[in-house]
Amino acid sequence: MSASRASRFNQRSLAPVLFLAPAILFFMFYVIFPIFQSMQISLYDWDGLGDKTFVGMDNYVELMDDEAFYTSLKNNVIWLVLYMLAIPAGLFIALFLNQTVFGMRLYKSLFFFPFVISQVVVGLVFTWFYDPSFGLLNVILGWFGLGPVTILGDETWVTYGIIFAGLWPQTAYCMILYITGLNAVDPEQIEAGRLDNAKGWNMLWYIILPQLKPATFIAIVVTVIGALRSFDLVSIMTAGGPWGSSRVLAYYMYEKAFSEYGFRMGYGAAIAVVLFLIMMIYITVFLVKMYRDEKGH
Amino acid sequence: MFPTPIERRSLALQRLYKTALPFAMILWLLPLIAVALTSIRSAGDITAGNYWGWPTSFNLVQNYSDIFTNTPLGNYMWNSVRVTIPTVIGTLALSCMSGFALAVYKFKGNMLVFFMFVAGNFVPFQILMVPVRDLTLQMGIYNTITGLALFHIAFQTGFCTLFMRNFIRSLPVELIEAARVEGVKEWRIFWFIILPLMRPAIAALAVLIFTFIWNDYFWATVLTQGAESQPVTAGLYSLNGQWVAAWHLVSAGSIVAALPPVAIFFLLQKHFIAGLTLGAVK
Repeated sequence: MSASRASRFNQRSLAPVLFLAPAILFFMFYVIFPIFQSMQISLYDWDGLGDKTFVGMDNYVELMDDEAFYTSLKNNVIWLVLYMLAIPAGLFIALFLNQTVFGMRLYKSLFFFPFVISQVVVGLVFTWFYDPSFGLLNVILGWFGLGPVTILGDETWVTYGIIFAGLWPQTAYCMILYITGLNAVDPEQIEAGRLDNAKGWNMLWYIILPQLKPATFIAIVVTVIGALRSFDLVSIMTAGGPWGSSRVLAYYMYEKAFSEYGFRMGYGAAIAVVLFLIMMIYITVFLVKMYRDEKGH
Repeated sequence: MFPTPIERRSLALQRLYKTALPFAMILWLLPLIAVALTSIRSAGDITAGNYWGWPTSFNLVQNYSDIFTNTPLGNYMWNSVRVTIPTVIGTLALSCMSGFALAVYKFKGNMLVFFMFVAGNFVPFQILMVPVRDLTLQMGIYNTITGLALFHIAFQTGFCTLFMRNFIRSLPVELIEAARVEGVKEWRIFWFIILPLMRPAIAALAVLIFTFIWNDYFWATVLTQGAESQPVTAGLYSLNGQWVAAWHLVSAGSIVAALPPVAIFFLLQKHFIAGLTLGAVK
């Protein structure tokens, strides 16, 4: 009896270790250790093949004087701010589509389309859309006697042009989050609101939005992370150009480490560490919220 | 209109809404519709600058067969399949187990391990790039399907563990307790009791991971090069450079590359959305 109880106990304490081992090993090997390795590499001068030379904080000191770094940082801030538009835009479309007319399911899926296709395809599509000689945008502008404009070739407009392309799939994502949230809205509260004469804006602000809080939270998290991760579109649409004016940290890092501008792994890693630290702020907020929710159970 | 159902509004407003819907949709998908139209134009139209006028001929079959016969696009597609399928299977296997362990057992550091997976899943790719590329080179699997798939499996396990753990948490624990009283071994509890209940979660994640991996571009360019091992996203970009001004082919290629995730989405919409909106509705 006591022997079997002991074996049962062993099995129970051993089981989680065995179930977790493969996932933890893989994740440590490919995700957790590399984070620390990058931090370490950022203290070295390294071309990726030869010997590493320890340079201490030199890479970071150099970053402080690097104009391209500030351009990327500034662009990242613009991305962060403007990307947030995806949230109200997504809410707006979700409210627009929150009806039960014939064919609504199909409409909802078609509106979600841009999120399902690769950012590479989105990037190519918008590159043609903006093309000054034949792009659809200029054709439309032409009808009004405007244009042509060269969005992707213009230092002032290029980042906004790329962000606009990025907003397309991101809005679709937020829209789906809100459509699902709206399905769970309590009709009794709406009725109660009606009795209190809540209509239109008031109804939205005081009755619906509080109930959509979980959806809004997730929408903010994925949008912030999407904005900071922006790489594909910049790479596909402009490769950081013209003259580096559309670079973001994620792209600049890649350029420094892997392109013809020289295989400067240490410097690239330093840029990545900065990006990581910025993102850590948001990751921490998310984890704290999760921790509170867990405790609340 | 909001939040009143449209049927309860005036007839005029209902009509207006029903006309606005298709217009809004066309506007929303305009760039994509333009690409779809371009993909069936003839090369003559393109050289003559007839991009948006009525096509002189419809070359649907020709353009789409051209991209498979005259370019390595077929290869790229096949590579995508070979990266995506093992990644989906590997990720699901790992995360079902880890999610089960984190949801069912109380042990020291449970929360810590869980948060490690969650935090790791939000990390910017760039901080992993240099070491992971180096690692892949050292293991001799740089520029191989295996190298790319192994990394994807590891990374996606973070998100999937979060999902699986929360899903199992919502299952009735009494089942497990009852089985334990009967003396059922732990792995049998996992295999015969929990795994069958996880089917909806597995379906949701399978669809989602398929789309994520199929659409991945960053790791495809960092860990592979050339038509023998690059997936279709990276391949499409390099073809775009080679087919300068052959817009009808580039657009046909884009449509083909976008089809698998779109098809999967339409077939398994319910699961896809369940996966995406995890945590968004309580």
